[in-house]
Formats: sequence, structure tokens, C-alpha cells
Amino acid sequence: MAMNHKDVKLSCRHLWKVYAEDRAPYFKDEVRTGDAPTLAARLSEDGAIPAAVDVGFDVHVGEIFVIMGLSGSGKSTVVRCLSRLVEPTYGEVLLDGEDLLKKNKKELIDIRRHKMGMVFQSFGLMPHLNVYDNIAFPLSLQGVSRAKREERVGHVISLVGLEGRESAFPNELSGGQQQRVGIARSLAIEPDVWFLDEPFSALDPLIRRQMQDEFLRIQLMLKKSIVFITHDFLEALRIADRMMIMRDGRVVQVGTPAELIINPADDYVSDFTDEVPMVRVLKAEDVLDPDATPTNGMPEQDCKTDVEALLPLLASNKDGIKIMRGDTPLGVVTANSVIRALAHQDKRRGAETPHPEAAAQ
Amino acid sequence: MTRPTRIQMVWALLLALTIAALFIQGATDWIVAFPDQWVVPITPWLNSGMAWFIDQFGAAFRAFSAAVGVPMKAVRDLLNWLPWSVTLTLVTLLAYAVSGLRLAIFSFFAILYMVVIGYWQESMNSLALVAISVPVAVTLGFVLGALGYLSRTAERILQPMMDMLQTIPAFAYLLPILLLFGFGPVVGLIASILYAFPPTVRNTMLGLSRVPEEVVEAGLMAGATSFQIFWRVRVPIAMRQILLGVNQTTMAAFSMIIVASIIGGTADIGWEVLSTMRKAQFGESLLAGLVIALMAMVMDRITWAAANPKRTPQDAEYWRRVKIWGLAIAFTLGVALLSQAIPALAEYPRAWEYYPAKHLNDVIDYIIVEFSASIATIKNTAFFFVMLPVKIGLTQTISPFTWGFEFTDGLRMAYGAGAAVLTLAIWAWRGMNGGLLTAFVATLLYFGLTGLPWPMLVAMATLLGWQLGGPRLALGTFLGLAFLLFAGVWPQAMLSVYLCGLAVLLSFTLGAGLGILAAENDAVSATLRPFNDTMQTMPLFVILIPFVMIFKIGEFTALLAIMAYAIVPAIRYTEHGLRNISKETIEAATAIGCTRGQLLWRVKLPLALPVMMLGLNQTIIFGIAMLVIAALVGTSDLGQRVYIGLGNGDFGVGIVAGFGMAIIAMIADRMTQSWSLARQRALGLIAK
Repeated sequence: MAMNHKDVKLSCRHLWKVYAEDRAPYFKDEVRTGDAPTLAARLSEDGAIPAAVDVGFDVHVGEIFVIMGLSGSGKSTVVRCLSRLVEPTYGEVLLDGEDLLKKNKKELIDIRRHKMGMVFQSFGLMPHLNVYDNIAFPLSLQGVSRAKREERVGHVISLVGLEGRESAFPNELSGGQQQRVGIARSLAIEPDVWFLDEPFSALDPLIRRQMQDEFLRIQLMLKKSIVFITHDFLEALRIADRMMIMRDGRVVQVGTPAELIINPADDYVSDFTDEVPMVRVLKAEDVLDPDATPTNGMPEQDCKTDVEALLPLLASNKDGIKIMRGDTPLGVVTANSVIRALAHQDKRRGAETPHPEAAAQ
Repeated sequence: MTRPTRIQMVWALLLALTIAALFIQGATDWIVAFPDQWVVPITPWLNSGMAWFIDQFGAAFRAFSAAVGVPMKAVRDLLNWLPWSVTLTLVTLLAYAVSGLRLAIFSFFAILYMVVIGYWQESMNSLALVAISVPVAVTLGFVLGALGYLSRTAERILQPMMDMLQTIPAFAYLLPILLLFGFGPVVGLIASILYAFPPTVRNTMLGLSRVPEEVVEAGLMAGATSFQIFWRVRVPIAMRQILLGVNQTTMAAFSMIIVASIIGGTADIGWEVLSTMRKAQFGESLLAGLVIALMAMVMDRITWAAANPKRTPQDAEYWRRVKIWGLAIAFTLGVALLSQAIPALAEYPRAWEYYPAKHLNDVIDYIIVEFSASIATIKNTAFFFVMLPVKIGLTQTISPFTWGFEFTDGLRMAYGAGAAVLTLAIWAWRGMNGGLLTAFVATLLYFGLTGLPWPMLVAMATLLGWQLGGPRLALGTFLGLAFLLFAGVWPQAMLSVYLCGLAVLLSFTLGAGLGILAAENDAVSATLRPFNDTMQTMPLFVILIPFVMIFKIGEFTALLAIMAYAIVPAIRYTEHGLRNISKETIEAATAIGCTRGQLLWRVKLPLALPVMMLGLNQTIIFGIAMLVIAALVGTSDLGQRVYIGLGNGDFGVGIVAGFGMAIIAMIADRMTQSWSLARQRALGLIAK
């Protein structure tokens, strides 16, 4: 991982959200001492609904942190707890080291106005405002001057490529365009932390792919600290620096996409990873050959290149490919190291693939 | 035949008991007529309570009345002072600005009609009433609606209050207002505010609560304060729904114009309609009624267009508006100046008026004389063969004077046997429910609704409530009917049920038929639409006029008037329900090989049934609303009691009868709604 990711921007510790908490009056006492899974099971039994169970993670500066889970896994609840759209029942949410849950209403509004942006699954646009006014809405709530407003809005409109549609109303736009407005609106206040709640789930597959690319392009320029929610595992792999898998309100595993694929924490996670074409997920830096040393004749590739893109190069360069992080050489990828990585992966996949010994006979 | 369920057994038992009771006890016993000595003297209690209240607080109410009178008179004077040409220009341009050329032309001729016919001053006096009552009602409605949205307690108090205000006929609360606020136009104003504000409350609550949660979250994430969320997110998004409420409020205010003039009658259009109708000057009253109808239609279309703007790209829209308003001001000023120079534009010359009442009366007279035979035949046939059997039963209807023969014992036996055979046949063919229904109808036709024993009717209604809506509805039904019994208005209530029930049955059957035609045939739909629109904006009183003209007073006229008004929702909902069935279902049915008839009967109608039931619900509510108005043409039901109470200044009588009508309306409303909801759930049209 890149070095500058180490500073923590946002983190949450022991975060719980329990609905119908009055069914379990003992919750407040036991949450400090008790074992989280046991407590959650007891809550469900008594008719309370634990939507987030002892959730904890860090989001580093400039990182895309993806929370992936199926519907009902608590991922939307967690992202809403981070901005206090949903009031957490217990725990801490630290933004730049300060506990958000201790802020009063006025301070919270101030934080939302200056530090947070959010994009919604169904866009959340104001139907009575046109594109320009929708994007300017957060600024106008703060009473930002007209000139400044125009400058900021103009900037984000060109960032998302909506020039010329300023006077259109949401119902005149396609889904993809509406979400561009949503993205522009959330960026207009220049937030530090950017929440995206299944931003592309309501879009057609082709548009979704295109929006993912644009999102990555924008992030390359802006370097926000991002929490991105999705139920689509491939989408998570595509965009995540690190990701967290949730199930029934609990954290199942946190790690980089490669870590998850190479070492899934349990069957639930490997159910997702099984279907993933490995060569597309593994990056050059994940398959370095420890025995090879870089020489001058080798072609150079960035450490983030997909293994799939390396294959044709490997076919014509027997010695290997020199992998670079920026200007410094990181190591060498050889045909051997790629095969080894893929084989290792296959072994983990178990019963469905032929046994190595059987294959050897 | 399958084994009967427990509820079917109870139904059969109740029917058997009814028939047994009627034969054993005879028709005069306490089991048919609720004993007088059991009646609780609610009416005198109410009257003395009211007297005490007026004694204590009357002065305050009168002071308020005087205070409200000032702005009312100011608006009245202003509207009367404005030259007619200026008002005409303003309304026309307003119509053009919110909608377009077509509405502008319609508005122009509508207003011009008021001028030419010579009712200008009366029209402006009525408009003054509406012009004050609508803003007050809208403001009141918005504040209460917002309150109801923000607080659950407020909502719980408001909901039943709105139900009451909209189902108790306005006549019933005219008198208390009169007693409290004294005579004069202010009474009409207050009555019309009370009647008109509930739609705004309802639509405000609905609109505010329907704002998508995600949009509110987006507002919160943008850092909106609670105040900003309400005024800059919720209210603007709810605005369309709120404006729909404003439209309904305006219409309600218009429909109160004539009603209000019964007590606050001054030189306005309502009074003109009412007084001419009382003098049987139908031509005159039709002409005056048309003024109100036109005014209501213009206002309806203008407020509706304002609520549903056609959205064009904003810059163009902005310039178009600037241009129109600039033009409007310039043009109006020009007309105003011109009217200073040309007196005819300020005050329309008497000599130019055209008042065709006499010709109209001549035409009406000619029709009545020319077709007297057929009119009498229609009236008598309907009366003797449909209305009387339902009301008092065949046993009292059939005589040589009506049906031309005696209802002999032999015939009675034959009727009984025939009914039994038919019941069994239908039971075998369509199941026990059908058999029970047949038996009930046969019994009803034999004894008449007023001849059926009250304990059985109460039990049956309660059982029906249980079946449709569970224990709560059953309890509500039981208590409501008990009130009718103990208040001593059971006979009148049954007459209301008979008249309204018959009208609803007929208009629903007819309306559903028309609705099916309209759904299957675009030409029929296009033909019916203007009729529906007109009937729905037509003030209730005006609908009465043509029927009274031809059929004179009497229950048959009342029946027709109720039908004319109540048929509209039946047509609309049927067409709507049929046209909104999912395309896939119809494609699937067509692919399977349904003929057009099979598609209609076996696919479309069952799926559209819940929506049609909502139409039935509306038909009932509309019918009951018209029932009170129809009392003016001579009925003897609760509506008439309301009217009598008002005429005699007897507060208790009027309010008890009004309350009784509200009870009937609410029971019918809850039953049809629960039924429709249950069906929609069963069909998976709405979430469980």
C-alpha cells in the first residue's frame, strides 16, 4: 500500500446500532463487558434488532474504503452512523481524532456543512430544483456569497461533465446524469470525507462501469477519504484500496482486495471470491518473484497493473518484468511467480477444483 | 356444496330469525319500531347545553364576527368598485399565465356571461366570500396540517376531526354558527371556512410525509437545520400535493356559496339560486346556478393548472413569465384607464344585458306539457316498481292502484316459494354466500328496508363490519347504530339508507358499465371526460335544478339528483382501475389465448375490483353529501331532519340528524375501504 495512507482520517470503535432497544434494557450495561456475538444473539432473541454489532475500522487519508455486504447486512446503517443520520446506540466515531457522537446539534450541522459529503443510491435530488440549484443547495444553506457559489458550482459541474445541463430538472435527466448531479452536489462544499451509499446500484451495467471509471478519475484528482458502500463484490474489488465485508451487522473481514482473495476469513467470504477471475484482481505487486532480481533489459510496469495485462508481456520476456512503484524498482514478476500465485489460490478453493495430486497423475 | 363456515352459519341464523320474527310478532311490534320510551332525550340536552354556551360566550363570538366583517366588507367593496372590464382582463390573463390560451378563452367567456346576464354585482359578492374564506381556510389548513405532520398527538386529534367536518352535512353546523355568530354574511364565511379547510389539512399532511427519506437525508448531509429541512426541503417538495389541497378547498368553498346563503342570504348568487328555486322559477335559477358553476370551473382549472405547471427549461420559463406579467399589468392598466373614458367598460349598461329566463321557462314548460305522459310514466314506474318495494316492501306496495292487482295470499305463497327455490339454486350454483345474498334480497323486497327488525339489522351490520374490518370496525358499527336508535332517529336513518343505498346501487352499476366502456374505447372515454369534469366542479345545488324542473319535487327527483352526482366516481375509478392493470398481465393473458370478453371478465375486472371498490366508496360519500341537498325537494329522511332543524332554529334536532348522517357515511366508508385494502393485499397490489 502507498505510504501516505497511514494517517487515519475517520474511524469507528465498538459501534452498535440497536433498533427497538427498549426490548433489551440490559444492553447499555452488558455492551461494555460482554462478548459481542453472544450479546447480539440475545438481543435478537428478545425482539430487539441489532443492525450494527461492535463494528470497528479505520479509514486512512486519501483512501477508498469499501464496505461490502448483501442487503440487510448493516452496511447502510454503518455509513449513516458515521454521519449521524442514524444515531448510533453505542460506540465512538472519530473524525480527525474527535468523537462525533459527543458533538451537539449545532456543531454537527457545522461538520456536515464543511467536512462531509454524501451520495445516495436513489440520488436524493430535490425535484423542485434544477441541476444548478441542486448542486448549489448545500452552499446556499450556508449563505455562501453568490460569486463564490457560482465559482464552486461551475468547478464541480465541469468535474462531473454536466456543462450545459445547468437548467435541466432532475426528472429530465437519465439515471447516470442524475447521479452526476448527486456527486457534484456532495463535492461542492469540498468535503474531507466522502460517503457514497451504493451510488451506482440503480444504474444499468454499462453506465455503472463508466461511472466507476469516472469516480476513480475524480478521486485521482481530489484524493478524498472515502467510505463507499456496495453490495457488488466485483465493484468493491475494482475500486477499493481496502474493503470490509459485513454480514448480519458484524464485520467479517477487513483487508485489501488481494488479501481477501488470497486469504478469505471464512466460507462466507470465499463464496464471493470463488467466482472472481483471479488474473483481474491480483496486481503486479501481489505476485513478485522473491528469487528474481531486476536487470536493465526487462520491460517496466507499474506495481498496480493487473496481472491479466502482464500475461502477453510475460509470454515474450522469459526473464520477467521489472515492477516499479513510482521511480523505484519493487521487484520482478516472472511466469513462474504468476503461476505459483494462481496455483496457491486454486489450492485454497478446495473441492470444486481437481486435486493437485490427481491432476499430476 | 361445501361445508358452511361459522360466519355463514351466523348469517343464515340471522336471516332465519328475521323472517321468523316478522311472521310471529307481526310488523307493528317493538321488534320493528324502536320503542319510544327507550329513546334518550339527547335533543333537549343539546339545546340547553347550547343555550348555556351562548349565554356564557355569545358576546365573544359576536365580537369576533364583527371583526371579521370588516375585511370581508372591504374585499366586497373592492370587487364591486373594480370596473368589470378590469376584472375580466385580470382573470383572463391569470388563466393564460398559469395554463394557456384555451383556459384564457374559457375564462373570458365565463366572466363575460356573468356580466351579460346582469348578475355582475351578485357574482362579485359571492366571489368576495370565496376570496376571503379560501385564504383563511388554506392558512388554517396548512398550519394544522404541518402540526399534524410534526406531532403524532396532533395527528391523532386531527384525523377524526377532519372526518367529522367533512361527513357532517354543512347544513347541520350552519345553525350553531348562526346562533353563535349572529345573522349576516360573516356566518356564511365561517361556515364556508369550516367546510373548506379540511382538504388542505389532509393534503398538507400527506405531502409532507411523502417526501422521500433519501432527499431529507441529502438535506441533512448538506447541513440543513431543522428549520431549513422543513421550509427548503419538505415544503417545496410537498408543494404539489398542498396545492391540490388548495384546489379542493377552493371547490369546497364554492359549493358552500348557496348553502351559506340559506342563513346569510344577501345579494349574492347563492341567494339568487335559492330564492328563485323556492318560487319555482327554474329558468332564473338555472341561469344563476350557471354563474356559480362557471365561477367554480374557472377557479378549479386555474388552481389546478397552478398546482401542475408544465415545466419548460427554466430560462425560457422565466422570460415567458416576465413577459406575461409585464403585459398583464400594462394591459390591465390600459383597460382601467379606458374604463374611465368609456363608462360602458366601468359599468355594464343595463340595456345591453340579455336575460333569457323567460325563453328558458317557455322551453321547460313546453317540454313538460309535451312529454307529460312519458314523464309521468317514467316517474311512476320507477316509484312503484323499484323505490317503494325497497322502501316499504312488496307486501305494502302491491295493490290494484299501483301494480294493478291484489297481493293475494296465493301470490304471497308463490313469492315465498319462488324465493326459496331461487336461493337454493344459487346456493348450489355459486356457493353459500350467493344463496345468503339472494335470501336477504328476497326478504328485503318483501318487507322493505323500513319493515325489517332493528335488532337484526344492527346485528347484520355489526357482523359485516367484523368480516370486513375486524373487531374494531364491528364495535364502531355497533356503537354508531346504537346512537341512531337511542337518539330516536332510526326510522329517518333507514330512509336515508334506502334512498342513498338505492341511488348508490344504481349509479354504481351504471357508472361501472360506463367506466368499462370508457376503458375499452378511447372515444367513449373522451366523450365522458368533460361530463365528469363538469359534474365534479358543479356545486351540488345546481345539479338539483334540472331534475326539479322536469320531475317536480319528490323522492324520485332526489334519487335522480343523487345519482347524477354520485355516478362520477363510479365511472372514473372503474376506468382508472381497468386502464392501470400491469401490461405484462394482459400480455400474458392474451398470449394464453383469452378472447376480449374473457380478458375483461376473467382478468381485468378481478384485478381492477379493489380500485372499483374505492370508487364505490366515493360514490357512497358523494351520495350522502347530495342527500342533504336533495332534502330540499321533499324527502323524509335524516337530510330532511337537518333541514327542519335549521328552519325551526332547533339546534339539537339538526345536529343529531347531521351526526347521524356522518355515522352512516363513516360506517360505509370504513367498510368499503377495509374491503378494498384486503383485496389489494390479497392480489399483491400493495404491501402487506
